[in-house]
Amino acid sequence: MDVVVENLTKTYGTQKAVDHLSFKVKTGEVLGFLGPNGAGKTTTMKAITSFLIPDEGSIRVGDFSVDEQAEEVKKHIGYLPESNPLYEEMPIIDYLKFVAKVEGIPAGQMEEKIREVIRVCGIQKEKHKKISELSKGYKQRVGLAQALIHDPEVLILDEPTTGLDPNQIVEIRELIKKIGREKTVILSSHILAEVEATCDRILIINKGKIVAEGTTEELRKKSQAHEVLKVTIEEGDVNDIFNALQALDEIDRVDFIDRENAEFEIQSRSDLSARRAIFNLCVEKHWILTQLTPIETKLEDVFRKLTLN
Amino acid sequence: MKKIGIIASRELKAYFDSLMAYVLLVLFLGFTGFFTWIYGSDIFYIKQASLQVFFSVAYWTLFFIIPALTMHLLSEENRSGTLELLLTKPLSDWQIVVGKFLAPLVLIVIALALTLPYYITVARLGDIDHGQVLSGYLVLILFSAMYISLGLFTSSLTKNSIVSYLITVFIGIFFQIIFQMIGSNLPGTLGHWLNYLSMNTHFDSMARGLIDSRDIIYFLMFITLGLVLSESMLIKRRYS
Repeated sequence: MDVVVENLTKTYGTQKAVDHLSFKVKTGEVLGFLGPNGAGKTTTMKAITSFLIPDEGSIRVGDFSVDEQAEEVKKHIGYLPESNPLYEEMPIIDYLKFVAKVEGIPAGQMEEKIREVIRVCGIQKEKHKKISELSKGYKQRVGLAQALIHDPEVLILDEPTTGLDPNQIVEIRELIKKIGREKTVILSSHILAEVEATCDRILIINKGKIVAEGTTEELRKKSQAHEVLKVTIEEGDVNDIFNALQALDEIDRVDFIDRENAEFEIQSRSDLSARRAIFNLCVEKHWILTQLTPIETKLEDVFRKLTLN
Repeated sequence: MKKIGIIASRELKAYFDSLMAYVLLVLFLGFTGFFTWIYGSDIFYIKQASLQVFFSVAYWTLFFIIPALTMHLLSEENRSGTLELLLTKPLSDWQIVVGKFLAPLVLIVIALALTLPYYITVARLGDIDHGQVLSGYLVLILFSAMYISLGLFTSSLTKNSIVSYLITVFIGIFFQIIFQMIGSNLPGTLGHWLNYLSMNTHFDSMARGLIDSRDIIYFLMFITLGLVLSESMLIKRRYS
């Protein structure tokens, strides 16, 4: 099922949490919401699950409108809220049974479905424990289990890996990827590595607006229009080197990284590479080029650039 | 209908799992038993084969017990965030409200059923008016339902269950005595209406064995009002 969000706007008091947000997620796609805290990720997810009614805009899940056919939409959504609320006093099994009944799973399939999510989420050993006795990571798994139990077409996960240990994080990411092959998955995170590892497409949100969109590769390329190099040149006067570099046509900007050791950060002009020019310059002036490293823009940098202003 | 049952049975099970149900049953049976059979103007003191004494003791006992049963129903879900789970599951707000309303009601009916030995005992002691007993139990159920509905509403207003308890008792006191106190001292229409609002008026006549549709309408009206207001609080939650 596709999820189509159009012009979504939600205001809390005077603050616009989400500001005319529009995007589309297709079946078989994992979409990652990336953004600093308070960017509007959670609000958008709450609006898709019909927990919050937006001030403006429309959301469609498959053929259903969230506004008019909330009941239908809710049947097809599996949702893991950010705070992962659970009925702490219930044993895991009872809790999953309760959710299964609410989701309308027929009594005949109940046992099997519950066994299946318990296996998939790795809570086999703990299944008879009360939820309040579980560690944070296991609670998170129970939260995931309740979202998956009815085999939903659309899975919405608000920061799904918080509180998990590194091994569990890898497992859960694998699981999300696997589900994402057939279903529609929207997940939010402020951990870039996570989004990079699990998502087919990334939406960077800041102050309720989309500031960038695309695959990891596309986003990286977009911000890499300017080549950035780390260069160390020895055997020359630092100021001479600086001026000579600055004078090169291909170079847009030169910064010192470490003045003592003549280490520079060089940004080339758009679509030009300064690597050859730098080498030739050194040959000409009899300087020794001891380092020339292209700095690959990390998603972190894209993120910082787009969300810090 | 099935969904309502799922919600109600989860709540009911939570009462028993948390031992709350047992504590309240013991309190209810203890209080009503003590004042019906042992102390004060008890059955032996008034020397009539009727359950009037029990009904009037239950009138106050239930009044203080019911808010304790309802105070957590929505406030706790609000505080812990589980309301978000419920509201995003394929359930309507009405199903959630009615399910939560039914759980304490079933518990109260169980408590009342456990007082049937009182009835059997009194029936063996003398000539009891069976119709009056039936009418009395009916009004106790309606009375409970009305306060459960009020308690459910107050628990939808806050994240703190103690606050819900206090608001329920505060509003309830008006129905229990204050409306009647003021109403009986005021002449004219206002006095008439205050008397009509007073729980006493309706409770007493039914506890005496008079089943009047006006009394039943009174209870049903307030039960519905509480449920509708609770539902509207859930709807409002989505717009916040």
